[in-house]
Amino acid sequence: MELTTVWFTLIAVLWIGYFCLEGFDFGVGMLLPILAKDDTERRVMINTIGPVWDGNEVWLLVAGGATFAAFPEWYATLFSGFYLPLLLILVALIIRGVAFEYRAKHDDVTWRRNWDLAIIVGSFVPAILWGVAFGNILRGVPIDPDLEYTGGFFNLLNPYSLLGGVMTLLLFLTHGAIFISLKTDGPIREAARSLAVRVGVGAAVAAVVFLLWTQIHTGDVASGVAFVLAALALVGGLAAVLVGREGWAFIGTFAAIALGVAGLFLALFPDVMPTSLADGVSLTTSNASATHYTLTIMTVVAVIFTPVVLAYQAWTYWVFRKRIAVEHIPATVGAPSTIPAG
Amino acid sequence: MDPTDIARWQFAITTVYHFLFVPITIGLSAIVAGYETAWLRTGHERWLRLTKFFGKLFLINFAIGVVTGIVQEFQFGMNWSDYSRFVGDIFGAPLAVEGLLAFFLESTFLGLWIFGWDRLPAKVHAACIWLVHIGTLFSAYFILAANSWMQHPVGYKYNPKTGRAEMHDFAAVLFNKVQLVTFPHVVLSAYMTGAAFVVGIAFWHATRRATPADDVPMYQRAVRTGAAVLLVAGLGVAISGDTQGKIMTDVQPMKMASAEGLYGTESSADFSLLTIGSLDGSHEKFAIKIPGLLSFLATGHTDGEVKGIDDLRAEYKDTYGQDPGATYYSPGDYTPVIWLTYWTFRIMIGLGLLAAAVAAWILVATRRGRVPQQRLLLWAALALPFMPLFANSFGWIFTEAGRQPWSVFGVMTTAQSVSPGVSTGEVLTSLIVLTLLYGVLAFIEVRLILTYVRRGAEQLQPPTPPDPGSDADRPLAFAY
Repeated sequence: MELTTVWFTLIAVLWIGYFCLEGFDFGVGMLLPILAKDDTERRVMINTIGPVWDGNEVWLLVAGGATFAAFPEWYATLFSGFYLPLLLILVALIIRGVAFEYRAKHDDVTWRRNWDLAIIVGSFVPAILWGVAFGNILRGVPIDPDLEYTGGFFNLLNPYSLLGGVMTLLLFLTHGAIFISLKTDGPIREAARSLAVRVGVGAAVAAVVFLLWTQIHTGDVASGVAFVLAALALVGGLAAVLVGREGWAFIGTFAAIALGVAGLFLALFPDVMPTSLADGVSLTTSNASATHYTLTIMTVVAVIFTPVVLAYQAWTYWVFRKRIAVEHIPATVGAPSTIPAG
Repeated sequence: MDPTDIARWQFAITTVYHFLFVPITIGLSAIVAGYETAWLRTGHERWLRLTKFFGKLFLINFAIGVVTGIVQEFQFGMNWSDYSRFVGDIFGAPLAVEGLLAFFLESTFLGLWIFGWDRLPAKVHAACIWLVHIGTLFSAYFILAANSWMQHPVGYKYNPKTGRAEMHDFAAVLFNKVQLVTFPHVVLSAYMTGAAFVVGIAFWHATRRATPADDVPMYQRAVRTGAAVLLVAGLGVAISGDTQGKIMTDVQPMKMASAEGLYGTESSADFSLLTIGSLDGSHEKFAIKIPGLLSFLATGHTDGEVKGIDDLRAEYKDTYGQDPGATYYSPGDYTPVIWLTYWTFRIMIGLGLLAAAVAAWILVATRRGRVPQQRLLLWAALALPFMPLFANSFGWIFTEAGRQPWSVFGVMTTAQSVSPGVSTGEVLTSLIVLTLLYGVLAFIEVRLILTYVRRGAEQLQPPTPPDPGSDADRPLAFAY
């Protein structure tokens, strides 16, 4: 396999990791006003992702950095082209990240309400916009022979890409609801389960339409197989919720997102950003890539360190594996200074 | 306004802002890790209380450092796409490695440290904060390697076919001579910054009347450990900075000439502490000068020759041709903005020296458990956290502004780096939105820090007695 293909695959893996992981913590953030009845329940929800959301977000940073290093032209065209949506995503991620840490630092109703709002909005905006962005990448955007995006902002708002946004929104809501049902106990667990099924049906419909549309537009056999498996995983996940198997349900939506994103990258390959202009130039894995030397160095680094990262991230989930319920939430806000048992 | 100017303002504002939080993160993570280790080794409660107290302040600071870091990675592509295309092959690699090696380590183990007080054995818990600190060092190393390449591009070849710089020696990029001295300089400055933060806050608690007498020795220890770290790190900053000046004279002579505003080439060049008059060299009204010091800083000898701006300008023109960047922001070809480089260089050094002096004074004044009561010392201690903090900012402004008109020295100008497809309106929107957002966050952050500083190190509560049946219903030791 050529190194450019290896790096296309690795970047796909990074985005898969990002959407599978931050997907559920976006979902938890968006469901905050829907599933929680009071402040303690909101804290139950936030604490299910408290130790892990930041690590989940790093997948995005590494995906961005890897794109910069492995496909500089792709990074340059994409980031300068999708300027305003990316600015919105940045603002959303900023307020959301600060909110998790600051919300509990001051015992005041207005303070917490405002940070709750930051978490909710900060989760909704990227959950939709990432779908819109990927829709546009797959659909093709105006890229001129200088590899510059020439489409402006409103060109990004087309039915196919907006459907992509609806799909990621509903998928992340479902994924988040299932995560909540897996990680909590008590009434909130029940509420999350029933919500997961209802939203999940919508997510399945949106996903089937969007993926079918993609398959007809740019798909090949491999992407078709991935999309069918993704749909099966999603249906299986929702069935598992219905019979009360939350662990399997989470594996189901996790696999659905992973296979769906894998299918999108398969449909994209060997382009990385196709042009919609007749006289434009598409960015591909070969004309957008870094040199063989740089890709070799990066491959060595990735081969050594990716397993280490996966191991310690998995360990974190193991350490914080216990379910959280209302009775586990300390009455005090922030960190009570207890002497650790160890 | 030109989009390049706006993009530069955004880069300056967001980067200086981000780098207020970064050095505190690097320095304070080491000090908090030290306190937790001291608690493990001695079992003495005061170290645990200090760990938790400064740990909380660390987290309030860290949150903003993390989220403003995302902007840093995105804006190369957003505002500087031609730069990204040109250098991605080289500059992208350390950035990607930074993400994989550093960001995962920091974020994952910080999550474990914050929430893991009751889930991890004490030694593993302490190891987590050490790993966070190691993550910050990795992060600093790779991002500084990327910056050092911009200061002194090595290990690459220009490929005229693709119009891009292509890497052929990654080791040369990682062990660039500029990098080898910049890394210690920046990291040791970060230790100074973290230590100054600890000393200022602990000194205030140690000397104020409301502090319970039992707690004074604890704060005294924080003051003295912090001041000692500050002094040792400060010595290292001075040595590495001195070496850096000599390397800069070699690789970017214009930057060092601009640091003094030295127009004509001189052997035994003086260093002025301050100058009143015009810095274009036409008239100088008043200056305090130390004879030969610039020559010493630049060459290691008081009578060494330092090239002046005028000669260098002619030299640069011979080497690089007409300066395409000069038309829009710099009065002279290949000359940075002299008043900016002149003053930022002095303020950086001045604040660093002042911080070290205050730390030395505090160490003397607090020897053998003394609690000093001089008003002046208290004010100096309260100002201390800001000294290295702003010295960092001025140092970076000097380093980056002094490289102008280049983004990659000698290879690519800043004007050539900007995104050609992004409109003035878009960059301006981004500048305004981010600046306002950062302003609001700064306001909230400072208030929160002050609240927690005032609260002081809380008393430890004995853990709730474990339920003999199960521990399932015990509240979390820490929750958001």
